[in-house]
Amino acid sequence: MRQHVYEAARDAAQKVRTYLPSRRRTERAGLVVVGALSVVVLVFLVLDFLRAYPPFGSLREQFLVVGEWMDFYLGTRVFRYGFMWHSIATGVLIGVVAPLVGVFVVHKEMALIGETLAHTAFAGVAVGLLLTGFVAVLPTTGGALLLAALVVSVLGAVGLQWLTERASTYGDVPIAVVLSGSFAVGTILISYGRDRMAVAIDIEDYLFGSAAVVPSEGAYMMAVLAVAVVAVVVHSYKPLLYVTFDEQAARVAGFGVRRYNTLLIVLTAVVVVGAMQVLGVILVAAMLVVPVAAASQVSLSFRETVYLSVLFGQVAVLGGYAFAVAWSLPPGGSIVVTAIAIYVVAILVTDRSVTALSAS
Amino acid sequence: MVTDEGRAPAVELDSVSFSYGDTPAVRDASLTLDCGDFLGLVGPNGSGKTTLLRIMLGLLEPDEGEARLFGERAVSNDENAGRVGYVSQKSSDRGGTMPVTVRETVTMGRFSEAGRRLSDDDRRAVADALERVGIEDLADRRLSALSGGQRQRAYIARALASEADLLALDEPATGVDAESRDAFYGLLDELNDEGMTVVLIEHDIGVVTEHADTVACINVDMYYHGETEDFDADEVLAEAYGETAKMLHHDHSHGHSHG
Repeated sequence: MRQHVYEAARDAAQKVRTYLPSRRRTERAGLVVVGALSVVVLVFLVLDFLRAYPPFGSLREQFLVVGEWMDFYLGTRVFRYGFMWHSIATGVLIGVVAPLVGVFVVHKEMALIGETLAHTAFAGVAVGLLLTGFVAVLPTTGGALLLAALVVSVLGAVGLQWLTERASTYGDVPIAVVLSGSFAVGTILISYGRDRMAVAIDIEDYLFGSAAVVPSEGAYMMAVLAVAVVAVVVHSYKPLLYVTFDEQAARVAGFGVRRYNTLLIVLTAVVVVGAMQVLGVILVAAMLVVPVAAASQVSLSFRETVYLSVLFGQVAVLGGYAFAVAWSLPPGGSIVVTAIAIYVVAILVTDRSVTALSAS
Repeated sequence: MVTDEGRAPAVELDSVSFSYGDTPAVRDASLTLDCGDFLGLVGPNGSGKTTLLRIMLGLLEPDEGEARLFGERAVSNDENAGRVGYVSQKSSDRGGTMPVTVRETVTMGRFSEAGRRLSDDDRRAVADALERVGIEDLADRRLSALSGGQRQRAYIARALASEADLLALDEPATGVDAESRDAFYGLLDELNDEGMTVVLIEHDIGVVTEHADTVACINVDMYYHGETEDFDADEVLAEAYGETAKMLHHDHSHGHSHG
């Protein structure tokens, strides 16, 4: 009797499934959309960067005209502004690269590394503030600060790697030391600088993130970083997967495990600095971790985990932006909350399918 | 995978020692493993078995002495790449959580350098390896959905796909039920008969005496290394394990129907 019920249910499910597009095809389609979206925002950033030159400037104007139409149909006041596109472009690119790197970070059990490197980057912003304020060689722009953050964060990543290899404690102790230590250094530097010069930039924007402050240099930098990160991950996918899955076996198989560990941590630092602009220091790790956690919950293979992480990450970014625009909320928080909502749904869905599986 | 006389031994340890800080893990151990042999490595917990295995594979550099793998100094680099398949205890852990399929796991055995695309040869090698260990119908399942025994077979298949000549296993049957354990060791025997050199760390002495050609018994120092037939388990173990040994061995002969 029970057997019959299950069989009937299975047949029904199968019938429904034939009407729906296959799982694989849906994912493919989603990835194509994400890819197209990334290309669109990259094109805008290139046009924006080259706008001083005649053909690019007018093309950029055309782009913003399309944005005006979008605003008209959506009833928003967003897409007609170039500075909003800086922010949107940065968000879209974060949605691609953060989960892409996060897949490896999470499954290497290094989820807190992102958080740590974000704090290192914060110290980097502080260093940048001091440099631009005192030396006055560099212009005090967001771009210079981000460059300083990038350098300090990458140095922090390499230092953290060095420390983890030598410290004779549990793996997460050096992480805790570097996390709080770099934040301490950052606060000291900032208050030191504040007493001695006018700090033109709102530190809160770096702590909590802001959609409005993404400077054009920040967006250009994100574009370059995103292209580089995607290229590196695609090129090194196999060794990264092997090292993530089974470090010892990868070493025996002749892979330079240390090299790939360093590569991964540097990639993380790079992504964190790019993502910090929108998400803020405190929330940046969420984009590395939460979409990946959701994807790992429902995926059947590692490759699918990669695809779904990027898809979920993108949905979180776009959804979060939509909420942020609609209700004037901070984008960082809305993006993270959207990602967590996806994660909860993923858990609920798999919970049901696990019981269904065990019943059959 | 064909053994011929006159070729360098698969593993040679020449009085190697290794210590973690001031604690010696392995002291003055020497051992030779010819190609095509099946070595069982036994010893109590924390006796340095895993350390010794990792020295053999070039994952650890001995403080003193020398380790040679296929006649070359054992360092894990491109030189020996693909000749050794290693199933560590840790790899078995990770397989329980990470979302990878059986096929993806086995395909890792074909990974060489970054950026190289998989060829038809690679895919064929993976399919053959899956079939050889008898899990071809589980290929698209998540590794975490497999039983312990099936998962170990996937790791063996990964080594087979990489065309390894030496298979190194660190307590592979932990948490595997008795029936699949027997089948698993049967598979190891078959592979060994086909010419695969095997090093097996195993706490179950019965398994080692049944399947291995040679036995090495260590507890920091090497207590025995030689043919399995000449291995007087009771005597050597009493010596190597001290008083706790009898209990352990005793325990085992009750829990397991010595077959």
